[in-house]
Amino acid sequence: MFSVRIQEAPFDAAAEVARLAQGRTDVGGIVTFTGLCRADAGADGAGLKALTLEHYPGMAEEEIERHVAEARARWPLLGAIVVHRHGRLVPGDPIVFVATASAHRAAAFAAAEFLMDWLKTSAPFWKKEERADGADAGGWVEAKASDDAAADRWARD
Amino acid sequence: MKILYFAWLRERVGLAEEEVAPPAEVATVADLARWLAGRDEAHAYAFENAAVVRAALDRRHVKPDASLAGVREVAFFPPMTGG
Repeated sequence: MFSVRIQEAPFDAAAEVARLAQGRTDVGGIVTFTGLCRADAGADGAGLKALTLEHYPGMAEEEIERHVAEARARWPLLGAIVVHRHGRLVPGDPIVFVATASAHRAAAFAAAEFLMDWLKTSAPFWKKEERADGADAGGWVEAKASDDAAADRWARD
Repeated sequence: MKILYFAWLRERVGLAEEEVAPPAEVATVADLARWLAGRDEAHAYAFENAAVVRAALDRRHVKPDASLAGVREVAFFPPMTGG
């Protein structure tokens, strides 16, 4: 089971994990990561009211699928599911889900981290913030150099 | 060719997509960004800091020197902030 989905609706992490294990006995470990909308305070301390996620339909799926294919080439995966939401989300809402299944845990952990690191820097999604105090300084979240560095760790010549 | 804009590029241009027919000397992504920037004030504003603008050709990330030959869909967008 290898699956990439972009959707507005929430996802059910437990149901996704069950799909990876269903009907098979060779899976020894499933690693999951769930990313949530976080309400950290801005410089003004007002905090985040909501995020709106814009994406490039078509390319978003294809780009994540390319990285799933790369993960399969690097590690002996038995399954992987990536779900990324778009639209308006409020603090506490789940945004992204990655699950990887393998016979042994090391491959599943590594592949899940690999997929998340690439997802942050190369999947075509953009976050726009609404602050709790109504302030709006353009609103678009800036990319972080630390995310680029995390993805670059996986680069190989 | 079809041009798509996302996030603040879309807001600055004022369009999510447009169909354009650049002249033959527009051969690369960087050429196209410069040509689009010269169309009007909105485009000039969108591309004022061209170094931060990313591009995809037919839904694949490319560098500014990538050739436009045979390309149907070009997308311009800021660095990505998903996940």
